[in-house]
Amino acid sequence: MSEQRIEPDRYELKKAPRYHFALSRRQFLGTVGAGVVVLVVARDGLSLDEQEFGEAAMLRASADPISAWLHIGEDGAVTVFTGKVEVGQDIRTSLTQAVAEELGVPPARITLLMGDTDRVPYDAGTFGSRSTPQTGTQLRRAAAAARGTLLRLAVERWGVDDASQLALADGRVVHRAAGRSVGIGELTGGRKLVETIDADAPLRPAERWTIAGTPLPKVKGPDIVTGRHRYTSDMRLPGMLVGKVLRPPSFGARLASLDTTGAEAIPGVVVVRDGEFVGVAAPDEATANRALAALRAEWETTSSHPSHRDVFEHLRRTASGSGGSPGARGDIEAGLAAADERHEASYTAAYIAHVPLEPRAAVAQWDDGKLTVWTGTQRPFGVRAELARAFGISEERVRVLVPDTGSAYGGKHTGETAIEAARLAKAAQRPVRLVWTREEEFTWAYFRPGGVIDVKSGVRRDGTLTAWEFHNYNSGAAGIRTPYDVPNVRTQFHPADSPLRQGSYRALAATFNNFARETHMDELAARVGMDPLAFRLHNLRDERLRAVLEAAAERFGWSRWQQRSGRGIGLACGVEKGGYVATCAEVEVDRASGRVRVLRIVEAFECGAVVNPDGLRNQVEGAIVMGLGGALWEAVEFEDGRILNPRLSQYRVPRFGDVPPIDIVLLDRKDLPSAGAGETPIIAVAPAIGNAIYAAAGVRLRSLPLVPHGLAGTAP
Amino acid sequence: MAPVLELRVNGRLHRVQADPAKSLLAVLREDLDLTGAKYGCGEGQCGACTVLVDGRAVRSCITPVGSIGARPVLTIEGLADGDALHPLQQAFLDEGAMQCGYCTPGMIMAALDLLGRAPAPAEDEVRRALEGNICRCGTYSRIVRAVLRAAGTATEAGNE
Repeated sequence: MSEQRIEPDRYELKKAPRYHFALSRRQFLGTVGAGVVVLVVARDGLSLDEQEFGEAAMLRASADPISAWLHIGEDGAVTVFTGKVEVGQDIRTSLTQAVAEELGVPPARITLLMGDTDRVPYDAGTFGSRSTPQTGTQLRRAAAAARGTLLRLAVERWGVDDASQLALADGRVVHRAAGRSVGIGELTGGRKLVETIDADAPLRPAERWTIAGTPLPKVKGPDIVTGRHRYTSDMRLPGMLVGKVLRPPSFGARLASLDTTGAEAIPGVVVVRDGEFVGVAAPDEATANRALAALRAEWETTSSHPSHRDVFEHLRRTASGSGGSPGARGDIEAGLAAADERHEASYTAAYIAHVPLEPRAAVAQWDDGKLTVWTGTQRPFGVRAELARAFGISEERVRVLVPDTGSAYGGKHTGETAIEAARLAKAAQRPVRLVWTREEEFTWAYFRPGGVIDVKSGVRRDGTLTAWEFHNYNSGAAGIRTPYDVPNVRTQFHPADSPLRQGSYRALAATFNNFARETHMDELAARVGMDPLAFRLHNLRDERLRAVLEAAAERFGWSRWQQRSGRGIGLACGVEKGGYVATCAEVEVDRASGRVRVLRIVEAFECGAVVNPDGLRNQVEGAIVMGLGGALWEAVEFEDGRILNPRLSQYRVPRFGDVPPIDIVLLDRKDLPSAGAGETPIIAVAPAIGNAIYAAAGVRLRSLPLVPHGLAGTAP
Repeated sequence: MAPVLELRVNGRLHRVQADPAKSLLAVLREDLDLTGAKYGCGEGQCGACTVLVDGRAVRSCITPVGSIGARPVLTIEGLADGDALHPLQQAFLDEGAMQCGYCTPGMIMAALDLLGRAPAPAEDEVRRALEGNICRCGTYSRIVRAVLRAAGTATEAGNE
C-alpha cells in the first residue's frame, strides 16, 4: 500500500517532471499572427525554486527558460499566455491589471490564455503564493517591454525625435502636441516583431500605479452570475459518454474477482478493466450508475489500519528522526537551564479535507493517438506528465487545458481524475466526462496531513525566551521556524507513515505549526503573568511582524477590552511565504451547553505592495472563513481503511451563520515587492480563537479542531 | 422506454424523455444543457443546485423531475433579460461576491426566493435564508451585502 501514498506534492516538495517538452519559441510564434510578441526569460522566477528544490531547478535549467509571453495583435487585442490557472483566487483579474498598468491599455482589451499546455509556457503549478510575486512581475516586465516597442514604432512612424512627447493611453499611442494618435495594433503594419527580454527590464514603481493598486471587478464575473461559464464538470463534447469508476471498499483493498456480465448487458455501456482499475462509460449519468451497480466485484481487504482515534500515536511511532532540514542555534540544554519557567506541551491536528465545491472532474478525448484532457487542476503540466506516463506516450501527444475551476485550495495538484477519464475514453473510443461524487472527493482525493507537535521551552521571569525546541511529526515543515528571538533553538520535522493519502492544503503545515507555536506562546505569557501582546512584542524584533501585530491589536481594541463573564479575547501572529499576519478574536463560551461562538475577528495583513485591494480583501476574508472550519470543527474520521464521514451532512464546513463580523486591516507597503496572499491569512486564525477560549473559560485546547463537539467534553 | 414529460423551464416548454425518478438537476444539465445549476453534494446540503420551482427554491439534486408537473422552473440562465442583468446578478458583480463562482448561481437563486417572500429583508434574514448554501471560498459577508444591495435596488425600482 505504501507506494500508493507517495505523493509528488507531499509537503509540496515538488519535483519537476523528468522531461517536459515546453512549447518552443518557434512553435509558439507559429501560433500567433502579426503584431508585437514579447518573450520573457525568467531566471528570476526560478530563483525561489533553485534555493529550495535543487533537483527540480537542475532539471528545469535544461529546458527553454521562457516563462511568459505576450502578444499584441493587429486589432490591438492583447493576449497574455501563462501556465497559471484560475481557481477562485482571481489571479486572472490581478494579472490582467498588472499588464494593463504597464502597457497602458484598458483591462477589457486584455485576454489571459491560461493553463493550456499547447499554448502557454511551462509552469510548475499554481501554488505556494507565487503567482503574484513571480508571474505578476514577469508579465509586468513583458508588458513594459511591449510598451517600449510600441513607442519606438510610433517614433519611427511619425519621425519625432524621441518617445518623450508620446503617451500610451486607452490602447493608442498619442502625440498630443501634433494632435494625432494611432492604435497599438496598427503600428506593426503586418510585421511580426519579436522581442526577448530578461529579468532586469524596468518596472513602474508601485507609487505611480494607476490601474494596479485599485479595485478591478472580476474579469469573468458576468459569465459566472449568468451561469454561462463552463467549468470542466459542465462541459459536453459531441458523442461524449459519462464515466464512473468502481472504488474499493477500503484503502489498500485488492480486486479478487470481477463479473462484468450484468453491466455489459446494458445497451451503450463500455466496461473497462485494466489491472486494479475498473470503470464504466455510458451515454448518461443514470445508465453509468446502473452499470456501476451491476458490476459484481469481490475484494481482498487488508487489516490493521490506524483510526482517527489512534493515528497520533501511530505517527509518533513511525516517525523518522530526520526529515527536511533541522534548524538549530545555540544550546537548548543551556537555554532551558537559564530559564525561570520551563514548559512542555503536545499539540495535535486532525486530517482535514479541502472540500472544493466543484469536485474533481475531467473530460478526455483521444484523436489519432493524441490525448486532450480538460480538467480542474493546479498543475496542468504536472498532470500532462502524469498522463504521458500512464499511457506510455510522449508529452508532446498530450494536451491539458484548465477551464477556470470551482476552487482547489491546494487540493487539485494531481491528475487521477484525468487519467481515469482518459482510460475510459481510450476504451470507449469516444470522449468521456468523469465528475467525482462528493463521497469520492472526500475519500479518494488527498487530505491535509494530520500531525503531532511537541514543544519544550524556557522563559525568564521578565518574559524573555531562553529556549525553544519544536518537533513536528508528519504534518510538514512549512512555517516551522519561530519568528521570535530565541538564543537557543532546535526545530525538526519528522516525516511519518501516514495512513491516509496526504498532500498540499492552503498554507500547508504553516497553519498547524503556527497553532502550536502561538498557543504555546500564550501558555508562556500566562506562566510569567504577562499580557499576550506585550509578551510577543517583548520577544519580537521583526518590524513587519510587529507592525501587523500592533495594527490588529489597535483596530481590535485589545488594550481597552473590558472583561465580561463567558467572554475572552485571543491573538496570534505569523509569517509565511512573504506575508505577515496577525489575528485577534473574541469568543463567547457557554459553559453549560459547551457552545463556543466566535463573536468577531480582526486581522491585519501585509504582503508588500497591494495589486488589487478588493481581490486581496476577498482572499483574506476567504482564508479567515476557511480557517474557522479547521479551527473549530473540521476533522476526517476514519477506521479500517474507510472514511466514516464522507458527506457534507457529516463533515461541517463554515456556513453563513458561523461567520462573525470580520474586520481586515491591509498594510500596503508600496516600497516592498508584492507577495502572494491566498494562503498566509489563514495561519493565525486557529490559535487566536484557541487563546480566546482559554481567556474566556480557562480551558487550554491543544488539538485541532478545537471544539468539534463543543467545549463540554473538555476537562478543564 | 422512459416516458416523455413536459417541463416548463425559463418560460419555454420542453419535452423531455426521462425517468420520473431522475433528478431535476440531471434533466436540466443533461437533457436541456442548462449547466448553471451545479452538482455539489447530491444530498441537498450545499445548495449549488438551487433552482426555483413555482417561485420557491428547491434543491434540484434531490428533486425527482416527475414531481414538478406543470409548475414553472426558473434557472440562473432564465434570470437576465437579454444583456440586462437581474438586480441580484448585478449586485453580486458590484459587491465582488464570489471567488471561484461555483456556488454563485445557487446563491442567486436562493436569494431570489427570499426576495420574492421578503422584498426588504434584514441582514439576519438573509443569513438564515441562505444557511443551506455553502460558499467554500468564504465570501459570505459579500453575498449578504449583495443581496441587501439588490433588495434596495428592487425596492427603488418597484417604487418608481
